[in-house]
Amino acid sequence: MREVGRGERTRIALTVNGEPHEIEVEARWLLSDVLRHGLGLTGTHVGCEHGVCGCCTVLIDGHPARSCLMLAIQAEGARIETVEGLAQDGRLHPLQESFVRSHGLQCGFCTPGFLMGALSLLAEAEGMSDAEVRDAIGGQLCRCTGYKGIVDAIRRAPAVERERTR
Amino acid sequence: MKPPAFDYHRPETRAEVDDLLAEHGDDAKVLAGGQSLVPILNFRLASPGHVVDINRLSAETDEPVRANGVVSFGCLVRQSSAERSGVVAECLPLLAEAIRFVAHPAIRSRGTIAGSVAHADPAAELPAVLVVLEAEVCARGTGGRRTIAARDFFTGPLENALAPGEWIEEIRIPLQRGDGAFEEFARRRGDYALCGVAALVDGDGGSRRARLAYLGMGDVPRALELPLPGDDGVEEALRALVEAELEPSDDIHAGASYRRFLAVKLGARAVRRAAAAGPR
Repeated sequence: MREVGRGERTRIALTVNGEPHEIEVEARWLLSDVLRHGLGLTGTHVGCEHGVCGCCTVLIDGHPARSCLMLAIQAEGARIETVEGLAQDGRLHPLQESFVRSHGLQCGFCTPGFLMGALSLLAEAEGMSDAEVRDAIGGQLCRCTGYKGIVDAIRRAPAVERERTR
Repeated sequence: MKPPAFDYHRPETRAEVDDLLAEHGDDAKVLAGGQSLVPILNFRLASPGHVVDINRLSAETDEPVRANGVVSFGCLVRQSSAERSGVVAECLPLLAEAIRFVAHPAIRSRGTIAGSVAHADPAAELPAVLVVLEAEVCARGTGGRRTIAARDFFTGPLENALAPGEWIEEIRIPLQRGDGAFEEFARRRGDYALCGVAALVDGDGGSRRARLAYLGMGDVPRALELPLPGDDGVEEALRALVEAELEPSDDIHAGASYRRFLAVKLGARAVRRAAAAGPR
């Protein structure tokens, strides 16, 4: 049984964007804070800290989840992906590029959460209606763009991806 | 805010969980999916001295399992697993329909069925569905095991029938008999609904009945029985039922009278849809 006393720090290992990390944490520390302050990955944003705004969404073992609703120690041994892992060799991920082209962001605070939340939609995005996309991204809040650009960006992302492979 | 300091325990067997809860009593909280407990910790609405993280229990399945006329959901079955489960789609279509209304995909990927039941939020979908489907909550502790009928499990808002030191090891839902339908109205998909209803229509000919349970319409979800009137009479019968049985709150999200209006309309929609599937 793993036991960590209050105030005590313990070492955990986890993989973030393909890179193994070892870091000392207190049991009460949130994954979102450890990503930001422990590993310096400040792309994961913290808005509401109770699971409503969706800004802190990351992939945990391949599934989107709120990093503010998970203790870092629970991610021991897990594979985490954050928005920093999307671009490859300085080139934006097709979904990111689609957000740029369709004006899917304004201030950018919510964008990391939208991107990580929408990744799993890409295979089916083109065939989805507006209502279906809005339903699928209902767990993310944006206070700038009014969602139209975001919905368009998600649906057009597969086309951006095809352009690249052509 | 951030969670207050606590002692963290990560047991590997159900028996170890029993022992930890027996030792620390009310000062311990079970951490399953964390989608209700962690917000509570972040807001410091609770400051347990001990958090018992059950996520690494060995020999637990993440899949709903069908056996002996029930579908069992072990304490670590995530809502997303239930959503994807062929067993749930086949044997519990009402649950399969309702679970898509539980928060958002990024919440369901962590949140567990049993955790949502333990949390006992009267505005949540799963408690109402479990009441309609006559589920059983299997509790355990150092004192032994017992099963509690879902209709007796929810004792108040965020309150349940678990004794100190008890926790939920499993939820069992009998294979669905009859046709179900789930309806709710929320301002935004995945938000807490202003009102919602799970309905099940069963029986033949003149003995056809609907069983309903509402969410967001009082302190606990209760099973309400409705003899099935002709299609024209559904709204009228529901209006009387809602008036007599439900006490919705008046709050900033909606007035009680509007919630009652929703309860009649959504209830009628659900009952009609379930009834339209035809007698069995």
